[in-house]
Amino acid sequence: MSATPTVLSQPAQPTLRIEAPRGWIHVDLKELWDARELLYFFVWRDVKIRYKQTAIGAAWAVLQPLMTMLVFSLFFGKLAKIPSHGLPYPIFYYSALLPWMYFSGALQNATNVVVEQQRVITKVYFPRLVLPLSAVVAGLLDFAIAFGAFLVMMLYYRIVPGPAILLFPLFLLLAVLTALGAGLWLSALNAIYRDVRYVVPFLVQFWMFASPVAYPSSLVPEQWRWVYGLNPMAGVIEGFRWSLTGQGQPPNILLAVSSTMVLLLVAGGTAYFTRMEGTIADVV
Amino acid sequence: MSDVVIHVDSLGKRYRIGERERYLALRDVLTRAIKAPARFFTAAKSASPCNGNGYGNRSHIWALKDVSFDIRQGEVVGIIGRNGAGKSTLLKILARVTKPTRGHADIRGRMGTLLEVGTGFHPELSGRENVFLSGAILGMSKDEIRRKFDEIVDFAEVEKFIDTPLKHYSTGMQMRLAFAVAAHLEPEILLVDEVLSVGDIEFQKKCLGKMGDVAKSGRTILFVSHQMNQVRRLCDRAVWVDGGQIRQQGSVAPVLGAYEEAMSRGEVAVDQSRGARSSHQKASFRRWQIIEPQGDSQNLLFTLGPVVIQFSVEANRPISNARHGIALFNVDRQLMWAWEATGLDLGPGMHEFRFKFPVLPLRPGPYYWQVSLWDDIEQIDLWDCIPEMVIATEGYQHPSDEWNGILNVPCEFAALEGNRNEEVTISNF
Repeated sequence: MSATPTVLSQPAQPTLRIEAPRGWIHVDLKELWDARELLYFFVWRDVKIRYKQTAIGAAWAVLQPLMTMLVFSLFFGKLAKIPSHGLPYPIFYYSALLPWMYFSGALQNATNVVVEQQRVITKVYFPRLVLPLSAVVAGLLDFAIAFGAFLVMMLYYRIVPGPAILLFPLFLLLAVLTALGAGLWLSALNAIYRDVRYVVPFLVQFWMFASPVAYPSSLVPEQWRWVYGLNPMAGVIEGFRWSLTGQGQPPNILLAVSSTMVLLLVAGGTAYFTRMEGTIADVV
Repeated sequence: MSDVVIHVDSLGKRYRIGERERYLALRDVLTRAIKAPARFFTAAKSASPCNGNGYGNRSHIWALKDVSFDIRQGEVVGIIGRNGAGKSTLLKILARVTKPTRGHADIRGRMGTLLEVGTGFHPELSGRENVFLSGAILGMSKDEIRRKFDEIVDFAEVEKFIDTPLKHYSTGMQMRLAFAVAAHLEPEILLVDEVLSVGDIEFQKKCLGKMGDVAKSGRTILFVSHQMNQVRRLCDRAVWVDGGQIRQQGSVAPVLGAYEEAMSRGEVAVDQSRGARSSHQKASFRRWQIIEPQGDSQNLLFTLGPVVIQFSVEANRPISNARHGIALFNVDRQLMWAWEATGLDLGPGMHEFRFKFPVLPLRPGPYYWQVSLWDDIEQIDLWDCIPEMVIATEGYQHPSDEWNGILNVPCEFAALEGNRNEEVTISNF
């Protein structure tokens, strides 16, 4: 063993105080920033394990939205004749399934992540927010793969997105934040009430029908559009369709209401999660 | 007092009874809320962690109360005490895994914690990938791990298998790799929980050596152990935790002396969490005792056998076709013996499970019983019995320490000479 003498860094060490949780919340952003490498490792592990465990690996990320798109195109499109802004049904559905599949997957992973990582949580400290964050970020790889398939479809149907495509990153960010906001709530709840994860699949199913995945939001009467926007995914999905295909109207009201909701969801979720953080190691 | 790196001031940790009984189900909480809304809300209020209403509250357990001490830079401090005394709770608070209910602790310097060997390991990933993952979780940066990677693999002696998934490793190899990662953390303060008691003797020696190196390089170590010889070898100071409080602290020799004396007197500590177990569990173990030979101590054995041990179980509901598991561990958490009784039908009320052992040939020292009760599907109760069983018989062993085995077997030796009937016998008992 070459015991390399390490020089102890002496410059006035900041003192860390450990005490009972008091007051409402405080999120230590610096600490979170310092944990970015750990976030990277958690994401990297998630991705590695997922692709090691499923035989078809990356193909799964495409097959899922593709099959759903086929079913939707056939039943909602060809049979129920739902309007599609003049878009071919495959494009109409796939452009909505992209954010939806990402969202539902990320949400379910985020819900389970704290419970799955209970051994680590009870043995070592790190900012717990990294866990739901990693679940939400890891889903982006599947999203990217599914997005590749979308580009092929766009080429096939010869659809060129308009200037609205510039706003696409914003809608993607909104999707990530929605998954994070809801995921923060659910992962903390799931750690404390272990049956929450059985409720989540139903929640996701209902949520899908409350979002413009299988139909355009133009079916919702104008005066109720803002209520509809309270579901953040409504703004996200319409935003995806509009920015990717250039068809339809920019989802102005929807987007304004949805963005506000997302911010509230994330702020509330962070507050709840950090508040429960202290209790989580005692109950998991 | 600028060189104090850990300052602990009247630290306390309270658990609500039932909180240790794992998680709740939302459906239970909802039904409770619907059945008795008023009680639900008052209960929710008293559960808030900031509502300190004194140590006397009966629905709470203080796993730790009023603990204060200072640790200076470069000190190696051993935390000793019996199982359930609060050592691990103390370490967990300092490691920030759980939060204290009262008091505070100030920590100066980068802290590394080693509460478990192999934190964050995943069986599907290769050894190499696990080194990075575990290292990151323990607080190392990617560059740091990359820099020390060869050294870690070298220490663990797993070069050949470094790209094989961990699930194909033997337990020993996994342990070596896990410890190697942790040993190469270079924090200024290191918290270590009983992890050196895993693995084979050779490896333990190697780890202990590494810890010694770390200590010599001027870093501060806080070290929980059951093995007094390890504490003696490594530590300058010892803190004895008993019943959630500090019983004694100071230089190693006097504290360990007092602790060992108390142990051999068979002082009995009560497992608080048992007496007050909540009644919504189907059944729970209440206490254990030595029935035979009868003595003045409940947990002290002066004989190799015959021995009768009794475990008391209280059933709240009838249980049919239950299984009862029993296991005996030594201080190193090595399994000495285990067994299972099946097909038990228990009515409500107290039950005594009695085990008669013609011999229990164990070397002197503390041992731990672990008992469990299962029905068809689930575990009803599992108890790491408190107090530990202390075997205080004579040692019938080789005179030098390194030849002392796990068993303590009296024997009679005879050397027979030619065809003469006369024998030369030596007996060790």
